[in-house]
Amino acid sequence: MLLTLLWRATFPSMQVTVSQRIHNLLCHLLSPWVPVVGLEIHAQISSNSKLFSGSQVQFAAPPNSLVSFFDASLPGTLPVLNRRCVEAAVMTGLALKCSINKKSLFDRKHYFYADLPAGYQITQQRVPIAVNGSLSYSLCMDSKMSQMVTKIVRIKQIQLEQDSGKSLHDDTRSQTLVDLNRAGVGLMEVVMEPDMCCGEEAAAAVRELQLILQTLGSSQAVMAEGQLRVDANVSVHRPGEPYGVRTEVKNINSLRFLAKAVDYEIRRQIEELENGGTILNETRAFDSRLGCTVPMRDKEGKQDYRFMPEPNLPPLILYDAKSLPANMNHQQVINIDWIHERLPDLPSVKREKLVEQYGILPEHSFTLLNEDGLAEFFESVVKQTQMKPKKVIGWILNDLLSYLKQYSLTVKESPVSSFLLADLLNLLEKKEISSTAAKQVLAELWKGEGKTPLEIVKEQKLELLQDQKELEQICQAVIDERENEVMAIKAGNRKVLNKLIGLVQRKTQGRSNPVLVKQLLEKKLSE
Amino acid sequence: MRALSLGRWLRAWRVPPLPERWHSTLPPQQKVSVEVLDHLEHLALVDFRDSEGVERLQKAIQFADQLHEVNTDGVEPMDSVLEDRCLYLREDDVTEGNCTKELLENAREKVEEYFVAPPGNIPLPKLEERDSFLQGS
Repeated sequence: MLLTLLWRATFPSMQVTVSQRIHNLLCHLLSPWVPVVGLEIHAQISSNSKLFSGSQVQFAAPPNSLVSFFDASLPGTLPVLNRRCVEAAVMTGLALKCSINKKSLFDRKHYFYADLPAGYQITQQRVPIAVNGSLSYSLCMDSKMSQMVTKIVRIKQIQLEQDSGKSLHDDTRSQTLVDLNRAGVGLMEVVMEPDMCCGEEAAAAVRELQLILQTLGSSQAVMAEGQLRVDANVSVHRPGEPYGVRTEVKNINSLRFLAKAVDYEIRRQIEELENGGTILNETRAFDSRLGCTVPMRDKEGKQDYRFMPEPNLPPLILYDAKSLPANMNHQQVINIDWIHERLPDLPSVKREKLVEQYGILPEHSFTLLNEDGLAEFFESVVKQTQMKPKKVIGWILNDLLSYLKQYSLTVKESPVSSFLLADLLNLLEKKEISSTAAKQVLAELWKGEGKTPLEIVKEQKLELLQDQKELEQICQAVIDERENEVMAIKAGNRKVLNKLIGLVQRKTQGRSNPVLVKQLLEKKLSE
Repeated sequence: MRALSLGRWLRAWRVPPLPERWHSTLPPQQKVSVEVLDHLEHLALVDFRDSEGVERLQKAIQFADQLHEVNTDGVEPMDSVLEDRCLYLREDDVTEGNCTKELLENAREKVEEYFVAPPGNIPLPKLEERDSFLQGS
């Protein structure tokens, strides 16, 4: 294991290429088709107010309560850019290793829809705020998470744009109810190059992006609340041939559905082509109930968005330390270098630090970061206990996390605080209780009745028998009762000893230290 | 949602006559085909409705075509007269909203605090179902 780790640490890229080559080879042998997946991701910017107006950004507010005259596109209103939204996009661009355009432009993209009252969306089509970045993400090669591969997807661009309102379709009365609360909220559209080849890769890339956005605080990126929306472009082609006709899959609102939708679409296209059919360049929606993609009637045919420069917004100019103007109001200046210096540690760096500092396995660092607040919980427990981090991680990942999953709670909602868990682990570390007893205490702590681990240990008499004489007596009693087993052991069948240890454990209700019991039994049997 | 304003505007709009001297240099006047018309109507959700509307559209295109006469070789296009101005940045404060009542006052139809719109975009009639007057153009 250590060797593998060392090897991984020394030749991370080599490992990738070797396993990737095997993967590619397998793909080639198994299927004569190469799937190509690209993603467009809309992330709602976490800000108090909207991109171009001073109305509030909030999820699930009363309908049309967060709408200004500009958001409703009333005549005579003009857009005024929100500084926070620009900074969030710059932060995100820097975190995704993009080059930030010091001059970017706004454009109008026209289409008719009831929840877009202006008839156009302000976006950045010609010169977006950030271009040419990359995102590295990891995924497991097997279900046990023991072999992880790191891959890279190129980021084409990040553009600032307005969100649309929401439509509620009332089919029975044949009408659409329009809520403009979301209209004009700031979005970052992250465009990924088609560097992925399956649903799992797409989901892993989006998960990493989600963690980065949450770390930066540039978006809360909760998919269930629509703060992160993914459209997938999927095509398949024969190896060595140009890319096939692609379809765009929309309406994907969870990572699990993203993986499913992409894989379904790949299978559908291959089947279609192998049956002599053709793929239409169309927009399809993922039906999570049926687990398949269906064509969207609404978006039939090629759209012409009639892009034009937004006449009401001059170019967006950003500065760096070198180009910083001397006599300009600092509230009107966005300094890229200043933002760069203040970027927090990104998930990949945090993982490396966890592995280095606590000697845990890389895959464990992934699990720690995957759950919001779990890494902090782990570090807090480690600080408060004498137990080695390598042992603590087992309690966090196997026991605490499975409880949280079982009751679908977040780390913050855990009834067992890091303090209580550390307390419990200290009892275990001081050999006052057995690990079986510790699990019993944890189950009791989970009820959240406000008892300390020590109180529970006392109440349920779970402390290890410290009285050697009492333990010796129990061992003697077991030996006297079990003549057959003792004969077997004396005849050389050492395995039977475990049975005796188990019997002692049962008599002491798990309160005996198995190592000590083994020693005592061995001593008595050799007498 | 069907926006008719452009159609109304086109119908009401008087296309100024072209200056005599330009007639010779302009590209030959193109007839607006049914397909082009159909495409435009879909894009703008405008119904040109009658032959008069179509004629007006044709004149508008001809008027705009005058722009081709200007030599723009090597000239960087200008987006707006504001393009060398500073883009003002607003602080991220909530200063607007909370005016549902005023907003809905203009709405023709509403349900509770929602605007009511027709379901999706109303598709324009299929080409073959269109008035026969267009068939000849």
